[in-house]
Amino acid sequence: MIPLTNRSKTVSNKKMTFAERLYLPGIVSGMFITLKHFFRKKTTIKYPEKKREFAEIYRGRHVLKRDDEGRERCTACGLCALACPAEAITMVAEERKPGEEHLYREEKYAKIYEIDMLRCIFCGLCEEACPKEAIFLTKETVISGFHRDVFIYGKDRLVESADPDKRIDITKRLTPEVIEFKKDKKQRHNRK
Amino acid sequence: MLKITIDNITTEVEEGTTILQAARKIGGKIVPPAMCYYSKLKGSGGKCRSCLVKVSRNSTVDSKPTSKLVASCSTPVQDGMIVQNITSPEVLEARKAIVEFLLINHPLDCPVCDQAGECDLQDLSFEHGLETTRYEEERREFNQIDIGENIKLHMNRCILCYRCVYVADQLTEKRVHGVLFRGDASEIGTYIGNVVDNDFSGNVIDVCPVGALTDKTFRFKSRVWFVNPMNVHRSCTKCSGKAAAWMFGDEIYRITGRKDKYGELEEFICNECRFDKKDKKDWVIEGPRKIDRHSVISQNHYEKIVKQSIIKPLEERTEPQE
Repeated sequence: MIPLTNRSKTVSNKKMTFAERLYLPGIVSGMFITLKHFFRKKTTIKYPEKKREFAEIYRGRHVLKRDDEGRERCTACGLCALACPAEAITMVAEERKPGEEHLYREEKYAKIYEIDMLRCIFCGLCEEACPKEAIFLTKETVISGFHRDVFIYGKDRLVESADPDKRIDITKRLTPEVIEFKKDKKQRHNRK
Repeated sequence: MLKITIDNITTEVEEGTTILQAARKIGGKIVPPAMCYYSKLKGSGGKCRSCLVKVSRNSTVDSKPTSKLVASCSTPVQDGMIVQNITSPEVLEARKAIVEFLLINHPLDCPVCDQAGECDLQDLSFEHGLETTRYEEERREFNQIDIGENIKLHMNRCILCYRCVYVADQLTEKRVHGVLFRGDASEIGTYIGNVVDNDFSGNVIDVCPVGALTDKTFRFKSRVWFVNPMNVHRSCTKCSGKAAAWMFGDEIYRITGRKDKYGELEEFICNECRFDKKDKKDWVIEGPRKIDRHSVISQNHYEKIVKQSIIKPLEERTEPQE
């Protein structure tokens, strides 16, 4: 057989000597290895007190963004649900009524928008599919729970706060090309 | 019989057929796209120019090529004609320009539009168009109009193909809508707010190649790729009763006519079938419709329901039935 690595060792069935059959040197050398690990740097951290640093583009729980005027960007086009490989996203659309222009950006909006966080695999394809820059993945993680229905996130937990100070910053998730494109005010997408 | 060669494929057609019809007879990738031509509507075609082809030899008598690209939907076949469609880079270049022209005033509101996913213009621009736009001016904008109880007109999205006008002209007794004004200002309208009140007026929704005329009973209810198209029929006194039901679970979200592979209706259906019969009990369900594998509608849809197979003894086995 052709070896896949050069680390393979040939095993032999040779008879052990008397010193080897005592096992004492083996036990002592094993204990020494264990002892060495007491003085090494720990690989674990004390979690609640100390938290690990996330990457700037970490893919955690989702956020539904609002635009600069505080209107919801999502128009319930269904492309995120179509792109989702885990089929975690469902939505119901509704027509915007006159007088609701300050709440919703487009004439159609998502009345119900739900993500099942237990199904979600946090791949970020929804974010890639979104034509309205509405859904983004954030650095926050999904909080654990005891019941399954806790993990179905509705609009109440997904849509970010309209308060400008509480907005979730997603600029780190934009590629340089997107940032460059957004400067072009000739594009209608960047004007409204 | 006249001999015609389209993209090196030769066929024989009867006198009076157009190049587009001859191409459709051959079928496959060489069929030019058509946004305004509709084989079931007399006089349609010649407006959108997306079916332009190059005629490299007029006929056996006149071996010269035509000076310009011709609209294949309205040019009759001549004996010995040689036509180039996808083999001519000139045609593909022209088609790219045509898409750009059609999209000049067409808003990019596909995420909002109900037609997205089954839109002819979307398919055309996906296949032939550019990824970007060079257009910087304001697009023309109109208010949305309700034509009758069940039809919504978004004039912004209209590409002025005139199909709906021909439907009203040829299918109904009295036409009350048409194209008003001229040139850049032209728009589809009803005469002084008249509503289209006819048993077959709903067919304008199905013939519309874009989302200009949409079904108000389906408005924003779902996206076409989330619903399953099923072949259904019922006994109807007004029409054939053969339709397609777009179902979500056990619910019928909308009824349309059955469309063939060129996006044309097989049969026109009446408004009662289209708008009023939304209960599953009203219809006999035949089975799922065949959808093109490359269409977004085929996403997560299965044509056959595979039942758990039971192995029978050898002598009882028969050929599997389709």
